[in-house]
Amino acid sequence: MIHFVLLVSRQGKVRLTKWYSPYSQKERSKVIRELSGIILSRGPKLCNFVEWRGFKVVYKRYAGLYFCMCINQDDNELEILDIIHHYVEILDRYFGSVCELDLIFNFHKAYYILDELLIAGELQESSKRTVLRLVDAQDCIVEIAHQQASSGIG
Amino acid sequence: MNPFSSGTRLRDMIRAIRACKTAAEERAVVRKECAAIRAAINENDQDYRHRNLAKLMFIQMLGYPTHFGQMECLKLIASSGFPEKRIGYLGLMLLLDERQEVLMLVTNSLKQDLNHSNQYIVGLALCALGNICSAEMARDLAPEVERLLQFRDPNIRKKAALCSIRIIKKVPDLAENFINPAASLLKEKHHGVLITGVQLCTDLCKVSSEALEYFRKKCTDGLVKTLRDIANSPYAPEYDIAGITDPFLHIRLLKLLRILGQGDADASDCMNDILAQVATKTESNKNAGNAILYECVETIMSIEDNGGLRVLAINILGRFLSNRDNNIRYVALNMLMKAMMVDAQAVQRHRATILECVKDSDASIQKRALELVYLLVNENNVKPLTKELIEYLEVSDQEFKGDLTAKICSLVEKFSPEKIWYIDQMLKVLSEAGNFVKDEVWHALIVVISNATDLHGYTVRALYRAVQTSTEQETLVRVAVWCIGEYGDMLVNDVGMLDIEDPITVTESDAVDATEVAIKRHSSDLTTKAMALIALLKLSSRFPSCSERIRDIIVQNKGNLVLELQQRSIEFNCILQKHQNIRSALVERMPVLDEATFSGRRAGSLPAAVSTSTGAPRNLPNGIAKPAAAPIADLLDLSSDDVPAPSSSGGDFLQDLLGVDLSPASAPSGTSQPPKAGTDVLLDLLSLGTLPPAQSSSSTSDILSSSQDNKAPLANLNGLSSLPSLSPNATSPASAASMMDLLDGFGPSPQNHEENGPAYPSLVAYESSSLRMTFNFSKQPGNPQTTLIQATFTNLSPNVYNDFLFQAAVPKFLQLHLDPASSNTLPASGNGSITQNLKVTNSQHGKKSLVMRIRIAYKMKNKEVLEEGQISNFPRDL
Repeated sequence: MIHFVLLVSRQGKVRLTKWYSPYSQKERSKVIRELSGIILSRGPKLCNFVEWRGFKVVYKRYAGLYFCMCINQDDNELEILDIIHHYVEILDRYFGSVCELDLIFNFHKAYYILDELLIAGELQESSKRTVLRLVDAQDCIVEIAHQQASSGIG
Repeated sequence: MNPFSSGTRLRDMIRAIRACKTAAEERAVVRKECAAIRAAINENDQDYRHRNLAKLMFIQMLGYPTHFGQMECLKLIASSGFPEKRIGYLGLMLLLDERQEVLMLVTNSLKQDLNHSNQYIVGLALCALGNICSAEMARDLAPEVERLLQFRDPNIRKKAALCSIRIIKKVPDLAENFINPAASLLKEKHHGVLITGVQLCTDLCKVSSEALEYFRKKCTDGLVKTLRDIANSPYAPEYDIAGITDPFLHIRLLKLLRILGQGDADASDCMNDILAQVATKTESNKNAGNAILYECVETIMSIEDNGGLRVLAINILGRFLSNRDNNIRYVALNMLMKAMMVDAQAVQRHRATILECVKDSDASIQKRALELVYLLVNENNVKPLTKELIEYLEVSDQEFKGDLTAKICSLVEKFSPEKIWYIDQMLKVLSEAGNFVKDEVWHALIVVISNATDLHGYTVRALYRAVQTSTEQETLVRVAVWCIGEYGDMLVNDVGMLDIEDPITVTESDAVDATEVAIKRHSSDLTTKAMALIALLKLSSRFPSCSERIRDIIVQNKGNLVLELQQRSIEFNCILQKHQNIRSALVERMPVLDEATFSGRRAGSLPAAVSTSTGAPRNLPNGIAKPAAAPIADLLDLSSDDVPAPSSSGGDFLQDLLGVDLSPASAPSGTSQPPKAGTDVLLDLLSLGTLPPAQSSSSTSDILSSSQDNKAPLANLNGLSSLPSLSPNATSPASAASMMDLLDGFGPSPQNHEENGPAYPSLVAYESSSLRMTFNFSKQPGNPQTTLIQATFTNLSPNVYNDFLFQAAVPKFLQLHLDPASSNTLPASGNGSITQNLKVTNSQHGKKSLVMRIRIAYKMKNKEVLEEGQISNFPRDL
């Protein structure tokens, strides 16, 4: 099971956090600080796994962003790397060659996509197309609702 | 209106925050925004509610408090439109977690949305429920989720399946309701549903043996067929990753098959063919393929034995191990650990490669490799492997030295073929990384040295040499000082010279120098200094010519600010001045320490390694084990009438004389040592601080009887009327603790636990006229630092308590994790209780005891009540 997902920039700025296990706000910031310290300082050739507090954190760097997922000792680390990549590819298709700024200004969309991909710390969908279709459909509903609202007012 | 379209203020706020040059500027911007949002909340502004919540989410991500926005989420969720609900649910998941009581308020909205006609709204509700639901919500909403497992749209079914996982994890009792619907998901074609369905079945098997049996009987064949279909499926662009169709599904199927096959020959048989096919046919040039192979190997090793398959699996791991990709090597090491249980011989073949991995530049790989090497060592290869590891100790990173040292020490102890080799290796480790060596390890070394009568001269000379070059290694200095005190004459006179030794000339004054350095060195800690003082006392008798000089050094310490040292110095000075007649007898060489007793006491207090064979691993003959306590006690001629026949073991002696508790081990029940009053007398004379051995026996009665045994004579002898009277269970550890305080720093050395953790007596941690809180302790195997505490609250008053909330705080060296309480209502007059689980991790395990401040709040007859307290009477060794 994935306990949490963390996106941290190379400068240590948090871009997305998603917690599937209960952590208090205080613990959350402690975890983020601790892990970004460990992960950002690791060299480029090292393996993508860090053992931490009895868990494993799998991370992968895409441009200036580190995608991290914390899993149990007996989970499949290699698969998590593929899940991270799966997420990145979906983001890429959704935003059209995604960059960090997309994730900053549209952080909520990154969350919506993640919610179509993972629930309860488990993978929900292995088809990128399905995820995109579902997110688009919901974006569409929102769009229509806003159009109606503005025309109603206008 | 739209919070996210161009020109809205969310975007502006993000820009403004990003434009900040300093943290102070950023704080100012955030403060202003938060003030505006609070104002909007107070005015119950509806138009900008969703925009404000979006801003709060961003602010929260920056690490600022945003709790004031929690109610806004609930309002948005309760509104009718999809856009509001979407952002409301997102906020709910980000700003709240399952421990917040606000969450209870959302249950009703969730229930309505789970029954909504718009399937996307149903999806939002399922997602939120799956991510943050608490046990109560799980109970309330389980029927809805169960129904949705049969919803017409597969995208809802898959969400419901994952949501069910959260529900059965929170409330395992509900598992049986999900078994049938979960099984029917396995027949679906939609990959999302299949993946989540397989995952649900896997988790059901973990919480319910009934589910495991059911799936094993009804679903094994179907799952094998599904795996075969997917493995043989033609190119499917939608699911293809690196030429493999849906590796995620592969992996989940393999995982579930593993659970079904484990311990069941028929089920294992049924999946052999497909496992062989996956293991041989899967492409291993991409990560996805390797992920599948990795999972497949684990399944092969876990299910019932099939020789051919296991060879295949070990070969895959061998290939992994020689892979250039660090990730693959890491998982190979990981899996080889498991393979050790299955086929140790096959793993031994990769020994050289694994040893190389210990020296890798990647800390993750190092750590894995070291664990594995530790398992690989046996009587035949211990010498070369230890040599390699010790050589590596010299160049390894500081962070890695602790782990490495512990492992080397444990290996040397476990497999040492002869004493001289053992002593040599330990000296190397002490010189190289003495500061990382645990107390029980150097205590054991002293016991071994004491027993190796023909090596005393050799050892003391080697230590003397070592301590000249490695003065900063605390434990080395301690062992050296002890040996110089005991065997100083052998050091000076070249007694027992071995052929392999280089000749060395040490004068009496050189030996005193070495000891003096240990006392005067700033970095020496109390234990070292105290040991050095005793060594000096001993040398004063061994070297009459240096006697005056030694007295001077001792006298200098009479004014020491540390009470313990001051007291010792005064007493030793007194012995030197006034009791010349008994001095030589008093400081005679220590009797040979009884190894069997020592290892017996250590049993269970050692890391896993030795726990299986106490004392046996070192096949060293015990020396002359004479009970020498009697003569000394007699010599002192102190109220010997009161002294029961001394029967103390040598181990106790060393411990007492050193004033450091060597290993306050639990005397294993049944073999517990009789009272050692004889030594207590001696002890008392020297004022070395008497320690009631901390007990960790498995039964309360044991604790009682043995600690009374130990303390009673002591109390008689010196009339320590302040000795806490012993009352049943709970107070016993507490009184030990208060004794410990007196001794200031001479507390017993770390006490680890047997693998499966001893039982601790439960503790009434807090009691007032209205409330009682009891703690029950348990340990997880292999994790001595962490204590699981179950707190049980009982209401002693005739009124019901509502909104019951227990909070706890711990000092920095502890980590505390609180699970949600079983309820927040505590029935009156003890008619029921609340339980809550706590997990405490003690980073100073063995050095410091647990301590905790607590606060309990509740409402009684609508009146707020607050109770606070501090708990410091935890069992000492948690």
